[in-house]
Amino acid sequence: TSAAMAAVCGRGLLAPLSGRLRAGPRAPLRSVTGAAAPLYDVVVSGGGMVGSAMAAVLGHDIHFYDKKIALLEAGPRKEYSRMPDSYSNRVSSISPGSATLLSSFGAWDHVCSLRLKPFRRMQVWDACSEAMIVFEKDDLDDMGYIVENDVVMSALTKQLDAVGDRVEVFYGSRAVGYTWPLPSHSCDTSPWVQIELADGRRLQTKLLIGADGHNSVVRKEAKIKNVEHRYDQSAVVATLHLSEATDNNVAWQRFLPTGPIALLPLSDTVSSLVWSTSHEHASELLAMDEESFVDSINSAFWSNVNHSDFIDTAGAVFRSAISLLKPSGTAVRQLPPSIAKVDPESRAMFPLGMGHATEYVQHRVALIGDAAHRVHPLAGQGVNLGFGDIACLAHHLSAAAFNGSDLGSLKHLLKFETERQRHNVSLIAAIDVLKRLYSTRLAPLVLLRTWGLQATNALPPVKVRI
Amino acid sequence: LFRPTVKRLFSTSHSSVDSKEMKKFQLLAHKWWDEEGEYSALHSMNDIRVPFIRDTLLNMSSNYHLGKPLSGVKILDVGCGGGLLSEPLGRLGASVTGIDPLEDNIRTADRHKSFDPVLAKRIQYKSSSLEEIVEESMETFDVIVASEVVEHVADLEMFIKCCSQVLKPEGSLFITTINKTQLSYVLGIVIAEKIIGIVPEGTHEWEKFVPPEELERLLESNGFSVKTLNGMLYNPLSGSWSWMESTSVNYAMHAVKSGAQGQSSPTDTLSETESEQPSATAGTTM
Repeated sequence: TSAAMAAVCGRGLLAPLSGRLRAGPRAPLRSVTGAAAPLYDVVVSGGGMVGSAMAAVLGHDIHFYDKKIALLEAGPRKEYSRMPDSYSNRVSSISPGSATLLSSFGAWDHVCSLRLKPFRRMQVWDACSEAMIVFEKDDLDDMGYIVENDVVMSALTKQLDAVGDRVEVFYGSRAVGYTWPLPSHSCDTSPWVQIELADGRRLQTKLLIGADGHNSVVRKEAKIKNVEHRYDQSAVVATLHLSEATDNNVAWQRFLPTGPIALLPLSDTVSSLVWSTSHEHASELLAMDEESFVDSINSAFWSNVNHSDFIDTAGAVFRSAISLLKPSGTAVRQLPPSIAKVDPESRAMFPLGMGHATEYVQHRVALIGDAAHRVHPLAGQGVNLGFGDIACLAHHLSAAAFNGSDLGSLKHLLKFETERQRHNVSLIAAIDVLKRLYSTRLAPLVLLRTWGLQATNALPPVKVRI
Repeated sequence: LFRPTVKRLFSTSHSSVDSKEMKKFQLLAHKWWDEEGEYSALHSMNDIRVPFIRDTLLNMSSNYHLGKPLSGVKILDVGCGGGLLSEPLGRLGASVTGIDPLEDNIRTADRHKSFDPVLAKRIQYKSSSLEEIVEESMETFDVIVASEVVEHVADLEMFIKCCSQVLKPEGSLFITTINKTQLSYVLGIVIAEKIIGIVPEGTHEWEKFVPPEELERLLESNGFSVKTLNGMLYNPLSGSWSWMESTSVNYAMHAVKSGAQGQSSPTDTLSETESEQPSATAGTTM
């Protein structure tokens, strides 16, 4: 991963801008005959959670009051006035920072009025040892929220409607081609990005924001290199019913040698499963009958078959050492709730991978969300990184608009890139390292992570940073 | 740092615009919009001069149009070049008239704004010198910006008089220019032109640089009241400008034309960053 790290760090601070100004196919010399394609100030390509939130944030920004924004989404419109009784199997862990962003333009209220589950504690432990780490805020505040993706989308759709005079949403519209402008000092051709939709319609924009996921077409067409790696894991998701009702305000994650299994609370009786495991095992899990599936889950959380005496002893020794130095530094391991049944039809799987774009921006282009960076779900960070991108980019675009600047200018786009790469690269690398570290039974590595986890659990400053 | 237009104002005894100077800047007429080219310092100057103009005007008015803070303001951009300053002001909602004696500059400016329908409507460019438009534009403009221009003007007092004529009473005049000090000679000419080469050699003549006291004296004696004086500094490593207390190299000035009575109000409250009031004893400080 060190080579990958070097690549993901992208360009140095003093890299000349000129390399960024030519991207992909050039706009041909064209004489304007007939009506020119409509010109937008910003077009966001991709109407998922991150793309929709980006368009909504800009639409609510006071300095964008007279600007024209468009959002392109290939799928249909998603809005619910009330949620169906059953829970969706695609959920996200929303951090408090992301919740703040969503409430800044009124979307969080909609989420709260639909449904969400705050959690107060997070217990993470190893299958190969007794090591465990517990996260919880001192003041018993919410650590985060488990929200169905459909709920977030519905809230975002409502807030996009609220600024419909500034943000135009094109549903069922897939962008099939982009044409890039020449650098700004060449005056003969259009300086804007040209977008062609599947139905033949054309748009022009001063700034294109790519929020089209980890297989981003914007990124590919802009010829931005992507460092990517397919994990040999798939994630199995499902909606589970607990054996008995409980407060259910704890998020559980256990690292098995095949991959982490996580139980995320949705209500007092329902939790969401995210089980990252090998492709073969994932297919087996999907194929087996419901009873066996439930048994596998309970066994994954409860069984100690992967413990070895050596590791247990070493771990116990370390734990006593810690308790001498820091009596409060060890905690009792709690057991997660047991599962009674799984929602029929709620089992699904999807392959996992990591990715990082070497550049987040080019002249008139910016990437956010999974288009810029893709991570393993083990840390529950994916969508939160995307929301962090939005907060940063919106901040710089708002200032640029208030300065009368050209929105597509690299000057402020690079500031966004620097800030976010600095924040993201270390986190993405850490998640990747964690994934690899926990994918093994080898004693030395297990010992390393056991001691590491125990030490981290005992050290408040480190825990707070996480 | 420099403005590739040289204005010699018409008067019965002066000659017209220097054609030799014009030819020198003709070559650069197409380079205006290359953000990394010869004009990069002027591009990055927008980061401080646009907020300066915008915030000064916002503080003086009570209207605020969401998204268009300068809506309804008529601005004259004197020596507009390729339109580097006209465009941001236009984006903020102002109606801008940009004038420049060099036709190629106007052509570049016109072409660049033509792709953006909003800007094309808000900005009008004209190939002209300042005194050529005085007759038809008496007391027409709310604001005049003369950025990196006065260090190229032959008759500064004439220039200021013309500004006063086309400006409405209580209108604002914004000037950015270079001070005439040893430091500005070293930084602005020796280093900028001869050593680093961020300014083409021969662009500036130190003799033409204007000290702020001199500018203030001329303004105050021609019906203006100087409200703000700020020093500016360019960092060639980062390519960015910042405000600085000392005005020994570059500086920006804001002055207001006196009201209809023709007297500047003596009880004007002045901002912290202002210099001392000009008087007979000023001029030996700094």
